Amino acid sequence: MSQAIRPALVLLLSLTVVTGVVYPWIVTAIATSVSSRAAHGSLVTAEAGPIGSELIGQSFAAPGDFWGRPSAVNYDARSSGASNSGPLNEDLHAAVKARIAALRAADPEATLPVPADLVLASGSGLDPHISPAAARYQARRVARARGRGEAEVLALIEAHTEGRTFGILGEPRVNVLRLNRALAGAP
Amino acid sequence: MTAQALLLCGAYVAVLVALAIPLGSYCARVVSGEATLLQRLLGPLERLLYRAAGVSPDAEMHWRDYTVAVLWFNLFGVLVVYGLQRLQHLLPLNPQELGPVAPDLAFNTAVSFASNTNWQAYGGETTLSYFTQMVGLTTQNFVSAATGIAVLAALARAFSRRRAETIGNFWADLVRATLYVLLPLALVLAVALAAEGVVQTFAPAAEVELMRAATGPEGQVITQQTIPLGPGASQIAIKQLGTNGGGFYNVNSAHPLENPTPLTNFLECLALLLIPAALCLSFGKLVADRRQGFAVLGAMFAIFLPLLGLCVWSEGQLAPQLVELGVDPSAGNLEGKEVRFGAAASALWATATTAASNGSVNAMHDSFNPLGGLVPMWLMQIGEVVFGGVGSGLYGMLVFAILAVFLAGLMVGRTPEYLGKKIEAFEVKMAALVVLLPSAGVLVGTAIAVASESGRAGISNPGAHGFSEVLYGFSSAANNNGSAFAGLGANSFFYNLALGLCMLVGRYGIIVPVLALAGALARKQTVPPGPGTMPTHTPLFVFLLAAVVVLVGALTFVPALALGPIVEHLQMTGAHP
Repeated sequence: MSQAIRPALVLLLSLTVVTGVVYPWIVTAIATSVSSRAAHGSLVTAEAGPIGSELIGQSFAAPGDFWGRPSAVNYDARSSGASNSGPLNEDLHAAVKARIAALRAADPEATLPVPADLVLASGSGLDPHISPAAARYQARRVARARGRGEAEVLALIEAHTEGRTFGILGEPRVNVLRLNRALAGAP
Repeated sequence: MTAQALLLCGAYVAVLVALAIPLGSYCARVVSGEATLLQRLLGPLERLLYRAAGVSPDAEMHWRDYTVAVLWFNLFGVLVVYGLQRLQHLLPLNPQELGPVAPDLAFNTAVSFASNTNWQAYGGETTLSYFTQMVGLTTQNFVSAATGIAVLAALARAFSRRRAETIGNFWADLVRATLYVLLPLALVLAVALAAEGVVQTFAPAAEVELMRAATGPEGQVITQQTIPLGPGASQIAIKQLGTNGGGFYNVNSAHPLENPTPLTNFLECLALLLIPAALCLSFGKLVADRRQGFAVLGAMFAIFLPLLGLCVWSEGQLAPQLVELGVDPSAGNLEGKEVRFGAAASALWATATTAASNGSVNAMHDSFNPLGGLVPMWLMQIGEVVFGGVGSGLYGMLVFAILAVFLAGLMVGRTPEYLGKKIEAFEVKMAALVVLLPSAGVLVGTAIAVASESGRAGISNPGAHGFSEVLYGFSSAANNNGSAFAGLGANSFFYNLALGLCMLVGRYGIIVPVLALAGALARKQTVPPGPGTMPTHTPLFVFLLAAVVVLVGALTFVPALALGPIVEHLQMTGAHP
């Protein structure tokens, strides 16, 4: 028998206790005391109970709501996923064509090029954001469907636009769930 | 490349180097067994572990004993992770009541985590219980990275010792790297991530009422959403730091609960390269010539930066076929990418995660433009030596340094030396093994897969891109990266087995020759540098080292790449001059 067997077994088991049990437990304790909400999925709560996570996109299809990004998993958060289509994949081209057609059908006067994030699916299938351009692209449709002024809707988009962190990190974006809730008059 | 992208990449490199310098000194002190502040705090725990294991941290090991210790420790690691997955339905912390993992998938995942590959044939939230993720995977994230640091420390000692029969004590290296390097870094990062919105809880998934009822794929009305939770941040921190990469969720760090904000993205992305970069500087300190560490780091950056530029540029473009349909190309290729990161930060991550042998993703590489996908693929194929895995990247790069001085020696016809050690036939043989084994795994594996029915069955994209999926998969497994062109249906008996074997060869087929090399180098006398010695800290050597890596990688893989991403790029652009 090798002399290495006992230390290998003992150290594997004891390091399992240290890194696999004690460490996650300490992180959980600290994280919960720092921000319990952040550690528990950043849930958004209304009077009736949780109505979603601020970080997880939901499916919106009515003309009076802002639409989020196309999702390969239909915003079913039980299992994240993407299309994994390459740029030359005909299925991708067909899907993009259909998405553009749907946007144009809902707002026939739109002639601008369609913002890419509105017709290309996200990596997670659960992207909670769209770009400010994608929100503005939908402003006229949403305003009409709700019988409100386009300027008012654009101002709402502006108010819900998050900029880059420190001016460098990430891209400007709008949280679709928050924007739609604000539109619907939620506090 | 936009100004914004340049600014991002510049900030990234600056912060990385600024953090790597002090961390490098610190790591060198840890593996030398010098006293540190943390050692005063955790010293009793360290000594308790040695006593329980019945080892003395000062007992020096011959390279063969060191290797045997590494292999036993890793074998038990594989067995425990396999067992945990097979029995998770009987174990605690399984609130979603997930069943046992299938044997072939459990084998693949166990090998994957022990070998520091962390290939994801599993989908975290749908396959693995909290218990399996924590006790099995999080632990392996730590100890597989610590194994890499240990082997590197052994090699560094071999260079600095003369006529020595031993290269250190594996148990001490393993425990110190875990307790004093990985654990504190992971703790700090995990808390920061959780404060920004990464999940960290033992509570079961949350059920929420949707704001608007949605229509499911079969026309059913959906009014609820299940938000999967779990002890995520603790695992995500170490999977980023330890060049592991196995995601808590299926889509890894593209998932908003795994990587919720641009700030978490930057921190996770920094963690990809932090320890591998720092260890270069530790190495310089360990061989008592810090310039050597900076030279190796310089060679890594010399390869990394141009490839980063290519990838960021490529993802800033949109395929002409999509522009033609009426899509605005200004934001770049956003298929498979998240809005909060955008194209530039996704390309930066893709380059960093494959330069390091991490393999976590924040965007789907399968949907990258052809050249954007070529960059991560080739970074893996050159052997994961540009930063590479924690420890493993640097010992791989040092093997290339041996090859570089050997080639330079051939040109002038004298015996080459590296850091005062004469490089002779045995060393070059071991170096050749280290370079050839993973490359053979990639090319032979890909050839078998595309020639067989069960291999082709996994392909999801038509044409050249389908071949790229297979080539990427084997490049990732045999070089212990773990990222994927995820369209490849890799959870099949064929791929679980084939890729599992590639991971074993790519990890242990390298560790054994590297430790043999360490044993041989330690035994040698150190020769003082003479007038004919090539200095290995100069820009000339940095260039030579980078050129050897690039040349070997290009000669081995350009034919295969031509069949995949290169032909796809020509198809994409050729039809639209």
